[in-house]
Amino acid sequence: MTNKIETAKTDTVLSVRDLRTEFRGDRGPVRVLDDISFDVGRGKIVGLVGESGSGKSMTALSLMGLVPKPQGHVSATRMDLDGTDLAKLSPDGLRRIRGRDISMVFQEPMTSLNPVRKVWEQVGEPLAIHQGLKRRDIRARVLEMFEMVGIPDPKARLDAYPHQLSGGLRQRAMIAMGLICEPKLLIADEPTTALDVTTQAQILRLMQDLRDRVGTSIILITHDLGIIAEMCDEVNVMYAGQIIEQANVFDLFERPSHPYTRGLLASIPKATEQRSSHRMPSIPGMVPNLAKLPPGCRFSPRCGDAMPICLQKEPGLADLGRGHNARCWLHLPHDATTQREAS
Amino acid sequence: MNEIVISARNLNKHYHVGGGLGRSGQVVRAVDGVSLDIYERETFALVGESGCGKTTLGRIMLRLQEPTSGEVVYRGQDLTTLNDNKMRGLRKNLQIVFQDPYASLNPRMRIEQILAEPLRTHGYGTTAEIRERCATLLEMVGLRRQYLRSYPHQFSGGQRQRIGIARALANNPDFAVCDEAVPALDVSIQAQVLNLLRDLQDQLNLTYFFITHDLSVVRQFADRVGVMFLGRLVEVGTTEEIFAAPLHPYTMFLISAVPRADPHQRERERPILTGEIPSPMDMPSGCRFHTRCPFAQKICRVEDPALQYCGTRAVACHFPLES
Repeated sequence: MTNKIETAKTDTVLSVRDLRTEFRGDRGPVRVLDDISFDVGRGKIVGLVGESGSGKSMTALSLMGLVPKPQGHVSATRMDLDGTDLAKLSPDGLRRIRGRDISMVFQEPMTSLNPVRKVWEQVGEPLAIHQGLKRRDIRARVLEMFEMVGIPDPKARLDAYPHQLSGGLRQRAMIAMGLICEPKLLIADEPTTALDVTTQAQILRLMQDLRDRVGTSIILITHDLGIIAEMCDEVNVMYAGQIIEQANVFDLFERPSHPYTRGLLASIPKATEQRSSHRMPSIPGMVPNLAKLPPGCRFSPRCGDAMPICLQKEPGLADLGRGHNARCWLHLPHDATTQREAS
Repeated sequence: MNEIVISARNLNKHYHVGGGLGRSGQVVRAVDGVSLDIYERETFALVGESGCGKTTLGRIMLRLQEPTSGEVVYRGQDLTTLNDNKMRGLRKNLQIVFQDPYASLNPRMRIEQILAEPLRTHGYGTTAEIRERCATLLEMVGLRRQYLRSYPHQFSGGQRQRIGIARALANNPDFAVCDEAVPALDVSIQAQVLNLLRDLQDQLNLTYFFITHDLSVVRQFADRVGVMFLGRLVEVGTTEEIFAAPLHPYTMFLISAVPRADPHQRERERPILTGEIPSPMDMPSGCRFHTRCPFAQKICRVEDPALQYCGTRAVACHFPLES
């Protein structure tokens, strides 16, 4: 049974509400994702940005149903992919969706390809699984995809093994694999981190072209705010397993409203700025251990703007208008008297 | 300008690949005819993409690898001719901070043992003096002395990198190679480590040879920049010169490829380099960049341009861009 909800096609491809992911640990469950809610518009590129351990990749794995079981547990009010609620699908149902409606491109194109199988067989595998095509047809379709993702001399590359391709070509092949069933949503997890800058620029341009030509909706996971600024329409900033700010890309860069976002933006070395003898702004301290979260706001121990309430009570998302939200007491009404009583 | 600390003179490092049983192998020119002077108390950044030979050059400068030919002159002495004993004596002046803070610290050693090792090797002093020095080093890089008893796995990536820096600085070197010392770190931590490196440079009069592929870091951190492409140094200049007006087309493409953290600039005209880096085993004739260079002329396919100095700048190109 599928969970197709009979609705007219909306402008939203993916709608996630209250996603929580927990892992069982020696000392009780550790919640690695908490209260994750966001939407991906049709044909939009939505960014998930944050430092290592913030939960970006875990969000992707939760959506894909790839969180290891039984240690991991995913729950959500809703993870609606164009009418199908991913949260309610059985493992079999998920298998039917993965690679067809939602697919993923991983960071390391070398380790995500099988070294002893020809590239075309791997890139065409989703077609064999989901559409049961014949080998000849698969090969022809892979050739088309290779042309689309700009692999030079595509015919000769079909029979290559992964080690015979450069990092940039491997990542193009991975993108071809991700797109071969024309998924509704492509999740790209740090797709250019392992690549050189000039190759990165090529791959990013390719993803933009695909979005413009084919209308692919993309979730782009990165730690690089430069890539976010170049590529994304909407941005979700993650910290310690939560989305702490979400906004349209222009609003985010013009009016960063969470102190963490402001700190991140300030600490990017800017390629356009002169070398200064001044110190680079940095955020003091480091990311908290998810098993030992501080009371109150998770960022409060590193925050220069922390108020008494920040150390006591966890803030919700404050609505700043136009879909701009920040998880910060600076933007939430709070009663000054309760602080005094508590302190 | 300050005094020269270390120079590379026509350095070459060639590797033979394949061959044997009567077949002739191929030669990879990892470093090919590089000459370079590094001045006291400057930060010289060497940038280039993977496989361009920047790490090999950095290691040869410290004689961690032997060059095929050429000289490395450190304060008047050619390191390549020194015997092991003399070289060992100089090693405390020449240090390296490694790329991967997870792989470069022995997981079975306590921090104190890690920091004490270079001190003991170079006969720093008594056990008590060494212990005190370890504690001072740890504090110098912003970690508490209680951590001396800890093991590397108890630290985050940024903290491990600080320990790697403390180890490199144990014997007061005057020249340090930092091989991709920050990219393994998150931005907020990266800024902390760069600030630390700069503070230490001021305190200890260090000279840095900073190997990186991250141009945004270079812009904020380096005094001078050298750009490498396939074993060749193709451009040298001050950071301001290089970023304001790159002379080599490759440098221009490198700079324009860096994503800018400003969504208003996303529509800007952005030249993107097409094609693939040629294989170092099958080097193009003439200028190595000509297969990807939109400005290439006939001569570029035939004649390999030499690196020509003009004041502070140098470029290896037949048709340098207008500045």
